Amino acid sequence: MNGDHDARLRALSAARRRVAVALTAVVMVIYFGFIGLIAWDKPLLGTLVAPGLSLGILLGALVIVACWATTWVYVRWANGRYDPELERLRQER
Amino acid sequence: MATSLVAKLFFFLFLSVTLAITWWAARRTRTADHFYSAGRSITAGQNGWALAGDFMSAASFLGIAGLVATTGFDGLIYSAGWLVGWPVVLFLIAEPLRNLGKYTFADVVAVRMRQVPVRIAAAFGTLATVTLYLIAQMVGAGGLIKLLFGLTYEAAVVVVGLAMVAYVLFGGMLATTWVQIVKAVLLLGGAALLALLVLLRFDMNPAALFAAAAEQYGAAVLAPGKLVSKPLDAVSLGIALMFGTAGLPHILMRFYTVPDARAARQSVFWATGLIGAFYLLTFVLGFGAMVLVTPEVIKSVDAGGNMAAPLLAELLGGTPFLGFIGAVAFATILAVVAGLTLSGAAALSHDLWVNVVKHGHADAHEQLRVARAATVCLGVIAILLGIAFKGQNVAFMVSLAFAIAASGNFPALVLSIFWRRATTAGVVAAMATGTLATLVLIYLSPTVQVDVLHREDAWFPLKYPALVTVPLGFLTGIVVSLLTPSAAEAEAFAALERRASLGGGGGSEVLGGRASAAPQARPGRPPREAAGL
Repeated sequence: MNGDHDARLRALSAARRRVAVALTAVVMVIYFGFIGLIAWDKPLLGTLVAPGLSLGILLGALVIVACWATTWVYVRWANGRYDPELERLRQER
Repeated sequence: MATSLVAKLFFFLFLSVTLAITWWAARRTRTADHFYSAGRSITAGQNGWALAGDFMSAASFLGIAGLVATTGFDGLIYSAGWLVGWPVVLFLIAEPLRNLGKYTFADVVAVRMRQVPVRIAAAFGTLATVTLYLIAQMVGAGGLIKLLFGLTYEAAVVVVGLAMVAYVLFGGMLATTWVQIVKAVLLLGGAALLALLVLLRFDMNPAALFAAAAEQYGAAVLAPGKLVSKPLDAVSLGIALMFGTAGLPHILMRFYTVPDARAARQSVFWATGLIGAFYLLTFVLGFGAMVLVTPEVIKSVDAGGNMAAPLLAELLGGTPFLGFIGAVAFATILAVVAGLTLSGAAALSHDLWVNVVKHGHADAHEQLRVARAATVCLGVIAILLGIAFKGQNVAFMVSLAFAIAASGNFPALVLSIFWRRATTAGVVAAMATGTLATLVLIYLSPTVQVDVLHREDAWFPLKYPALVTVPLGFLTGIVVSLLTPSAAEAEAFAALERRASLGGGGGSEVLGGRASAAPQARPGRPPREAAGL
């Protein structure tokens, strides 16, 4: 096992960690932002953006959409970038 | 509600199909590996459905629909909250867990630590989570089935207990997985059909439905109300939901059923999509029940509002559809308790018996025998607890289970996977403190003191403890680790990182004596625990 191989594996696993932590932070900001608005600015969320559709309901649905979007971004990155590099490292071993 | 022959018919159909699956799976469950992880033979798509099945409980189907129907927007706060844990599971936990562990999350925490203390602490955390979750499900099942089928409470609890033990005892993880898949398909299909029938009355436009609700009950139903009167309570519950999912033993266990980390990743992607879709449907079901059934009628049948979705089904599709939705709710409970029982049995047999009592020296036959004995024990305990808690207010127990998972299990997992300097004493302290502090604070909180014990006031102001206990779990783990530095455990971190990305095989050898994923099922292989102790 050579040092270069180890260093590349460490770099790859550090890259995964950076992506993972960044995306976790995004989800946290979105969700706790939503909870924060519910807790501290209730009237704002009652504003209607369209007939029958309050900002609160819209944002609630968007939290769910944001969960889908962030998981999609991660899976795309992991399948497209992370896995091929990991496969290369595996083959070289 | 006229529940009927149709409900019983659908329910017996579900029971027959799932028992046939169990019979099929039983013939394929010969080793501990099959029993705990279905021989790693589940595909990513199947596991995604099964994860959704494990997670979408009757509480989320009946409870959230009822909450939205009776409070409007406030109920939706839960719909969004239950999903946010899943991205966290995907980003931080799923892949390393799959590569580092074997059957339980304790496998992962124990990889470079001393086996005995870590296993005991993790089993304690697992059993606390599983037991609380089981009580909530059993009590819910007893009440629900009484309403839907006219069975007595005790009989309902016994039926649920026997069916779940049958699935797990004979069919192991393979049967449990397929029960989850069948249930998830039924639940999502039933909810989608119900939502479609609602929307057909509003020109397929959800906004028209919300507008109708606002017209009948005032614009306030579309805005946050009094449910979240204390901001910190909302944040605290949010923390438990967000990080608790990533610490639920029965969810984590599912990642061992797929062949590799890539499949684990894809399966969370599937699960997030399915669960998110389900919670979006609860928007329509809840407001649909509010407008069409009306909160007064819903509360007159069940004060907790749990019958909103079944009543909506009866209104839109008559008795047959009510019967179908009732059977789906029953199936939902059965599938969730089966998953819980399996993960509790794994903690008892794999963590406590095999790795603590027998120090890893247990052959394949003994492992399977002990796992099955543990399943029967848990089944009996679940039935007894279900009957003991009859009529008690146990709604808080699910959020308590999430709080324990978030405060004990999750910090231990994150610290051991991502932090080089984490030590045995550190992760054990994190699990013990997180779990105990959660139990103590919930006891002192208004949730138990005011709602259950009917006292005037509570010593701890928050209804949910996670805001305090999650940071406390992490802090304890970090401080104790720094106070008990271990060169050997820090050194093994490089090997852990390798295996977390590359998976088993070569990686596991490097970890030497500490490797918990030593394939003990293979006979003739020397036990490797000694070096680590």
